[in-house]
Amino acid sequence: MIQAIAFYLFATLTIFSGAVTILARNPVHSVLWLILAFFNAAGLMILIGAEFIAMLLVIVYVGAVAVLFLFVVMMLDIDFSQLRAGFIKNFPLGLALAFVLLAELLMGVGAYKAGGLALGTANAATAPIAGLSNTAAIGALLYSRYLFLFETAGIILLVAMIGAIVLTHRQRGDVRGQNVSRQNARRPEEATINLQPEVGKGVTL
Amino acid sequence: MIGIEHYVIVSAILFVLGVLGIFLNRKNVIILLMAIELILLSVNLNLVAFSVFLHDLVGQIFAMFVLTVAAGEAAIGLAILVIYFRGRGTIAVDDVNRMKG
Repeated sequence: MIQAIAFYLFATLTIFSGAVTILARNPVHSVLWLILAFFNAAGLMILIGAEFIAMLLVIVYVGAVAVLFLFVVMMLDIDFSQLRAGFIKNFPLGLALAFVLLAELLMGVGAYKAGGLALGTANAATAPIAGLSNTAAIGALLYSRYLFLFETAGIILLVAMIGAIVLTHRQRGDVRGQNVSRQNARRPEEATINLQPEVGKGVTL
Repeated sequence: MIGIEHYVIVSAILFVLGVLGIFLNRKNVIILLMAIELILLSVNLNLVAFSVFLHDLVGQIFAMFVLTVAAGEAAIGLAILVIYFRGRGTIAVDDVNRMKG
């Protein structure tokens, strides 16, 4: 019973915040609603016992991707109202397409509920190990059977990181940087002079 | 009792919301990227739900890989957005015609 209540709470909030994400006027609000959607989706996953992916979702999306979005939205000085010009014009077509897509997807679920479809059979080699927690079972599988894919994922992240840095890095000509070798080569004799001026007379440099 | 069809329906609605977001905000790349994130979230939810209800962990492992690709895609997409904005001073997607494609 409590599980059903939690499911409907999380599901409603996920769908509602997803809808506000795409409809909000202010992109900062969009990002914040997207964060709420991710939190509630993580709740949905915890509800069926997939806590590792749920926590990963919170860490990766809320901690990294959403903050990245927030930074970009706040850094760029954009007139967002001008970007919403086609909103009303695209609304009927978008809504029609969305309804068609949703009807098709729900038809699939209906066919399953009517008994016309069977779910696929699970691979016994990758079944969760009894007695192990979700995280430990995923780790056992990830570091043995899917080790190569796991390392490929690491390479993908590395390439994405280098790509983002290379794309956004720029050499600016209008700033004066530090020249370390010139700084080290400078000696006290050439930088300072020792004078003993007489009283009342200035110093010419 | 909550079954797999509940989860599939929630993820179907999220997917459709993402597609609708792409249609509605055709000019604003930031919201387009967010709609893509919504679509990927719904895919992840689907993978996890099937994984749990079928007692097969592969779905959760692949949800992790989807997460990886989504993070990389967001980073590269936003980097392209930033350099585009630096050069043009706008992010309206309809004006992107520099390559005359």
